[in-house]
This record gives sequence, structure tokens and C-alpha cells, in this order.
Amino acid sequence: MSNIDQSKIRNFCIVAHIDHGKSTLADRIIEKTGLLTSREMQAQVLDNMDLERERGITIKAQTVRTVYKAKNGEEYIFNLIDTPGHVDFNYEVSRSLAACDGAILIVDAAQGIEAQTLANVYLALDNDLDVFPVINKIDLPSADPEKVINEIEDVIGIEAQDAPLISAKNGIGIEDVLEAIVAKIPAPKGDPEAPLAALIFDSLYDSYKGVIIFVRIKEGTVKKGTVIRMMATGAVEEVVEVGYFGAGQFIPCEELSAGMVGYITASIKNVKDTTVGDTVTDHNRPCKEPLPGYKKVNSMVYCGMYPADGAKYPDLRDALEKLQLNDASLNYEPETSIALGFGFRCGFLGLLHLEIIQERLEREYNLDLVTTAPGVIYKVHKTNGEVIELTNPSNLPDPSEIEYMEEPIVSAEIMVTTEFIGSIMELCQERRGRYLGMEYLEETRALLKYDLPLNEIIYDFFDALKSRSRGYASFDYDLKGYEQSKLVKLDILINKEEVDALSFIVHADSAYERGRKMCEKLKDEIPRHLFEIPIQAAVGGKVIARETVKAMRKDVLAKCYGGDITRKKKLLEKQKEGKKRMRQIGNVEIPQKAFMSVLKLDDKK
Amino acid sequence: MNSISIYIHIPFCIKKCKYCDFLSAPYGKTVQEEYLRALKQEIIEEAEKYKDYTVKTVYIGGGTPSVADPDGLCGIIKKLFACYRVEKDAEISMEVNPGTVNPDSLQKYRKAGINRLSIGLQSTHNRELELLGRIHTYEDFLEAYENARKAGFENINVDLMGALPGQSLTDYEESLKRIISLKPEHISTYSLIVEENTEFYKIYGEEKEKIERTGEGFGILPSEETEREMAALAEEMLTKEGYRHYEISNYAKEGKACKHNIVYWKRRNYIGFGLGAASLFENTRFTNTKNLTEYLKNPVGKREVEKLSVKDCMEEFMFLGLRMYEGVKDSDFIDCFGKSMYTCYKDVIDKNKEEGLLTGSETLRLTDKGFCFANYVMAQFLL
Repeated sequence: MSNIDQSKIRNFCIVAHIDHGKSTLADRIIEKTGLLTSREMQAQVLDNMDLERERGITIKAQTVRTVYKAKNGEEYIFNLIDTPGHVDFNYEVSRSLAACDGAILIVDAAQGIEAQTLANVYLALDNDLDVFPVINKIDLPSADPEKVINEIEDVIGIEAQDAPLISAKNGIGIEDVLEAIVAKIPAPKGDPEAPLAALIFDSLYDSYKGVIIFVRIKEGTVKKGTVIRMMATGAVEEVVEVGYFGAGQFIPCEELSAGMVGYITASIKNVKDTTVGDTVTDHNRPCKEPLPGYKKVNSMVYCGMYPADGAKYPDLRDALEKLQLNDASLNYEPETSIALGFGFRCGFLGLLHLEIIQERLEREYNLDLVTTAPGVIYKVHKTNGEVIELTNPSNLPDPSEIEYMEEPIVSAEIMVTTEFIGSIMELCQERRGRYLGMEYLEETRALLKYDLPLNEIIYDFFDALKSRSRGYASFDYDLKGYEQSKLVKLDILINKEEVDALSFIVHADSAYERGRKMCEKLKDEIPRHLFEIPIQAAVGGKVIARETVKAMRKDVLAKCYGGDITRKKKLLEKQKEGKKRMRQIGNVEIPQKAFMSVLKLDDKK
Repeated sequence: MNSISIYIHIPFCIKKCKYCDFLSAPYGKTVQEEYLRALKQEIIEEAEKYKDYTVKTVYIGGGTPSVADPDGLCGIIKKLFACYRVEKDAEISMEVNPGTVNPDSLQKYRKAGINRLSIGLQSTHNRELELLGRIHTYEDFLEAYENARKAGFENINVDLMGALPGQSLTDYEESLKRIISLKPEHISTYSLIVEENTEFYKIYGEEKEKIERTGEGFGILPSEETEREMAALAEEMLTKEGYRHYEISNYAKEGKACKHNIVYWKRRNYIGFGLGAASLFENTRFTNTKNLTEYLKNPVGKREVEKLSVKDCMEEFMFLGLRMYEGVKDSDFIDCFGKSMYTCYKDVIDKNKEEGLLTGSETLRLTDKGFCFANYVMAQFLL
């Protein structure tokens, strides 16, 4: 295995918009190259988390090596690196792309190019990858391959006339794709004798092997016993094992040399030491400089996570610890809320990342969680010159100590069919978007460009976008920077008591609207008590909106069940059970879902 | 000698009422005969177990027991007297509905030993009766009531329902007035509960849920506020006429409280016979099968038995006992469980006293306000 001819290696990935069939094509490639029979394949081998399969998205990069015997009689090694497919994971995507030499662009024959397609293609081109297109789902009645081919040439500007026309689902045209991989993806370069330089494009934690680092060897060779150093984090370890990726398994081998894709284990205990994008080098014979493109990933979205049952706090801590082993982009630190007790302030790449972590905690670790409204990092410039990075609204200093505040802004691209341009522009306007321009990609589709405050898109922007375009709009964004903004803290008072877990930072102009909607929503969520409960929204102590939960007038079962006590008791038990899912704030019991329901406030459908 | 009470279930009716979710249905003559035979068999074969107990109260409920053939039913009562030691002054109640009784049948019941009748009137307005799916009119009731008095019944209960769809406070007041003028010994005032699996649920289910959430519906079912006014009105009018509000939904003239129901609230022993009937005996609960075919095949066989834990018993002691106006006595609690109720429930009791829902200490009872929120209070007594 050690004498692999570089010219027979193809390192590539598939880029696509969500749902355009990326994972299905990956499955077909694996199947056709004989790594697995179709019987052994569970649908979509590469998406191996339950959650990924359910949502049809790839969360963690997956990689697989197969061998393909081409029509020219030669055997080729294919390293297929499956990239995560969501804007939250852009940086991971860019590093996975950097591990490849080429990319297959897969486009849905019926839907054509989408915002994410563009974003991913640009990422691939930025990484100097050779991209060749494949038109998928040609068997759909609404397929229009000609139109899509023209669109690819016009919009992206890559040759598409001889793009394979395929149906990954039905196995049509897969041979063409395999031949195109051989013909169009360049073989890797690099000197096996040079000092080691390997790009980390993913890592995962295994309880037996420790951290397993996924690498692309750019230069040099690594084998068992090599003392390696992560150039960014500085961690130094001796290599225990190197190998390559079977389908769902790790296959050890002698060495990995320039051009190859594989894994390294070195009894590393923490994925934090092996951040994506870092360069692995030989500690004793280091390369001159690290590979380009490394950056430290920062959390963009923060929220509080609390166990529904306070006694489960240690369980939540353990679960977060375990998840973090596999997910270096998850941050958390303990915090306390008056309303919710002990919990954690957690940082995520984006809202999808947040939702994924939340679902994994609930499913895999069987935890019932209460999540506070997600927020972004605000920069608070204090009058004394100090700058605070604020992730928890409760920690906002007194207004008298604040000189000004800044909020993160993203550049967003929204692709939409022309009939919905109006409603999408209206949405962006409501979310304080700054219109930058619009390009028509073809007669019926346009690309809208906006600068948007991040805090306006993390709540329910994606849902609103989908519902206002009947699912047709797609969206992509990049962090642009910070801008000064008129921000205020909106507090919610329930029965005159401030509920810290419901506070959030909002632009002064939308404070009234948000406050009003919050109060309305909470009025529906909070059950009636024996007394009247005022729900108020306040900014700086001044009430700006109010609703009232009326007092309950009776709660009695004036019905005789005779001797059937069991039935009566079941009713009371149900009532008591309902109370268990409540949080006590002062003398008001608030259902846990009330804390979450206020996140989705867009009422225009 | 220890005593027990006996409940006998007759699951027949002429036609299912639209709000009814009890175990009852219209049955043909043959099934009715088979049922009475099975019931008789059960009563006879079970007698041995209770030979050391006297029977203090008997209650024949349904369904509509008066739908059953009077001679057949009286035959069962006769068997009961023959096989059990029924106390001389035992309270023997039977539910009847207007439109299913006549002077002849009522005399038969009285002669067989029934000494208390519970008449299902529900409303004195014919349009409300029709809406409920009742088979009788107010006039049918008046006739039945008069015939019952003539047959010698000196202890009669009348059932009245509030919170009906479209019912106003005045409508309810009128029904109350009319019933009071007849001077029955006992009046039960229930609120309509829109239960799942009923005709009414299909029509009013959504509104009911809205009322539960917000206190107000769509204007067809009375709001929570109106319902509370109805309850307050009943309390005021009936108390003025010398009825005592002795349980959440029951009023009686002095000495006429239903002894059988009190057995339930005080968790004394009671044995249920018939389809789906529940029993409580020495802190064990058993329930007959609810499947008619199964019951007919083997009326003494299939019983679901549940041995109640001390926790179950304590909970029941509290939430059943508190239904009664007189409340629960700590001395009784100590007799049952060997410790004071304050050892288990101090926090709950203090909290509810503070909220003005409970009062007293040795004797603990719901306040007037507490009666309005009985479920809220009772749910807290589940451990």
C-alpha cells in the first residue's frame, strides 16, 4: 500500500444545495466501486448519525476510500470527502474542500441553481478546485437538463455541455460520473520526501483510540512513531496509528504520504487540540510554515440551556462534555438563572448547529431541556473605555455605564423566484436589512444581496423566508463585521417579576413590536392561576406592552363517578403531571415550553 | 360486626344521552334477560365472602335501572335480601328516569324494599332536555315524581344539570325554583362535563378546551364565570330552603344526605356487582370486566385487582374526604395510617390555607372558595 502512484489517486468532494442528492450520489459511487454490495448499504452510508438521516443533511464531514477500475484498465483510488451541507458549517466545508483536488457539482435538474449551490461552488473555486457539474434527478417529470446546463454556464461560468445526466436515486448514469472523476479531477501533487504538512479537515473522538484526526497529506509522509505537532494549538504527540477510511470503519496502513487522505491517532484526549484547518507537521523536521487558510472558529449564536429537571444538571454537564469531544465548535460555560436555575451558556456556529446539539442532548442523552432565546455576541463599549463581549443579556451593564453598543452584521445572498421578490424584500426590510443590490440570474430568478444584522436572522428568519416564498427562496450568509447600533434590553415581567431567562437584546425600533408579540404569546402559554397575572414588556424599567392572564374562576369536577375512584384519580394525576413541567417564578407557574415559544414570533404566513 | 355497601350496575338505557360517557347502551330484551341472570349469579356466588358483614346501603345505578324489567330487577333485590345480611334500616337507592316508570313499576320497587329514588331530571326546560338527548319531557318527570310519592317513596333525589349549551343563569334559576317547589329530600346539582367519546364532544369539544384555557368559549357553553354564578345561585337558593350543601355537588334536607355516596368519600368497604362495577374492600380495589360478552360468560370470574399501597390510600383519604363539606378529621387519618396527616401534608395544607382554600386544623375542610377550586387543591394531595 505504501507505493501508491500519486497519479492514480483522486481526492474529491461533492458540492450541492441541500436536497439535490449529494448523499445519494455518494452512496452510488461507493456501491459501484465495489466497496459494499447494495445489500450491505444502509441507505446513505455517509450520513451516519440518526439525526443526519432524518434531516437529510450532513452534519459532520465523512470520508471514504474506494477503488475504481476505469475503462482504460487502470485502478484508481477514490477518496470521497463528504462535506457538511449547511451555511452554519461554512468553515468546515472550506477545510474539507481544501483537502480535495476537485469537486463534483451536483445540480437538481428540476430546481436548478440555488443560493447554497453558488456559495459552495465559490468556496470550491476559492480553494482552487477543478469543478465539473453533474445534472441529477433527470428522471423527474419536471426535469429540464438543457435549461440547467445553460444556467450553470451563464451563472457560474463553468463548462457544462458534457455534464453527465444522471439519476443517483435510480442508478442512472453513474458510470459516466466515475469516468469523469478519473478524467476531470486532477491527481494530487506533493513530495513524499518533503517535511510533513498535513491539513486537518475533521476529527472525532473515539473512546478507545482517543482523538482520530482526519488529514490530507499535502507534503511529506507520516507513519507510526512519527512525533507530530499541531502547528496552531502546539500539541505534540507520537503517532500510534495511521490508516484510511473504509465505509464506516478505519483501516490501518503503514504510512500516509503526500497526496493521500487518511487518519492519524496519537492518544490525543481532546478534540480542542486538533482544530479543523490546523496543520500537522513532524515535530523533529517541521515544515517552514503552516498550510494557508487556518482560522479559529468562533461561536456566532449563544443561548442558555437548562435541564428541565434541576437535578439533571450534572447529566447535562456530562453530556455537553461528551458532545464537545466530537465537536470543537461547541462552547459552553456554567451560568445561573433566577428563573431556570443552574445551566450553561452555550455557543454555536449558527441556529442549525444549536438545534442539532439540542436534539442530540434530548435524544442521545435523554435530557429534557429548556432553552432561552438565542442571541449573538454584542460588543458593549463602556464609558470607562472597557469593551465587553456580551453573550448573556442579563449581564448587560447599567445603561449609564454604556457609551455605545455594536452588533454583528452579515452579508446575505438570497436567491428567489421573481414572484416572491416583493415579499422577501419586505421581510429583509422588517429585519433591518440594508439593500445592496439585485442580480437577475435568468428571467424568473434573482439574487438579492443584503446586509443584515445577525440577531435578526437567528430567530426565525429561515422559517419566515421559506413560508413567504412557499419554500422557493434559498439563503446563504457570511459574517461581515460589527456595526454600531441602537440596541436595548427588553425585559419581560410576569406578575411584576422580571424573568431573566426571557430578556433579550433588540434594536430600539423593534422593541415595541417584539415586546407586544412576546406578551401575546406568553398570554397564550401561561395557564390561568387563582389570581390575575400581568405580563409586561419593559425597556429600561418603562413598560411598553402589557397583556393579562385572567384569573381562573373555578376548577372543580362537579360530577359523580360513583365508586369509580380510579377515573377521578387519573384526572387529578394528569393535573399534577402538568404542574411538573412548570417553572415557578415568584408565585406564577410557567410551562417550560413558554420559554421556547417566544422564539418564533413571525406571524405573517 | 363490620359493614359493607353494595352497588349494582344496570348498563341499560333506551337511548344514549349525548353527553353520557358512562358504561351504558340500549340493549335488546334477550341481552337484558341474560344480563339479569348473570347479575343474579354473581350476587349469589359472591355472598359467601361477605357472610360476616352486614349491608348498610345498597345503590342500584346505571345506565337506567328502570329500563330493566321490573319483575326481573325486583327478583334480584329479593335475592340480595336472601343472601346478605341487609340491615333493617339500610338505605336502598335506585336510579330511575322519567319516561321509564309507571305507578305499577314504582309500587313494585317500593314493595321489593327500595326506599330511596334518584330521579334523573337534569332540566325543567323541554328544549334543554331535547338538546341533551333525553327521552323525556318535564311533564313526564312531574308525573313520575307524583307517582313515586304515591307509591310511598319518602326519600327522593332529583338530578339537575348546569352549564348546558345555551343555558342562561335565568334558565337555571327557573329549573332550581321549580324543583325546590316540589320539596324533594335531596338535590344533586352537576355541571355538564363535555367528555371525550361523547356526541357532545364532537360539537363542543373545541369550545370546552378554549374555556379551560381562557375561561371563555364561543358563547354557546357558559363561560367559567357564568358557571360559577350558577353554582353560587344554587348554593344560595338551596341553603335558604333548608338544604345543606354536604358535598361538592349534593344538597340534602337534614338527615337525608345519601349514605351510600358518603361510603365512597369515606372509603368504607363497598362491593360492586355487574358490568364494570368497582369495589373497595379492605384497601383492595377490584373492578369487573367492562366487556359484556365476557361478563355474561363468567360474571364471577374476571376481576381486575389492585392492592392499594399506603400512599394510594392516603391520597384517596384526602381527595375523597375533602369532597364533603365536613371535610376530613386528623383523628380518622391517625386511625387509618398511624400518623397525623400533618406529617405528610403540612406544606400543602399550609399553602392552601394561605391561599384561602382550606380551613381548620383537627378537622380540615375546603372553604367556599376552596369548593370552586377543589381539583386544584386535591391534585396537590397526590404524593
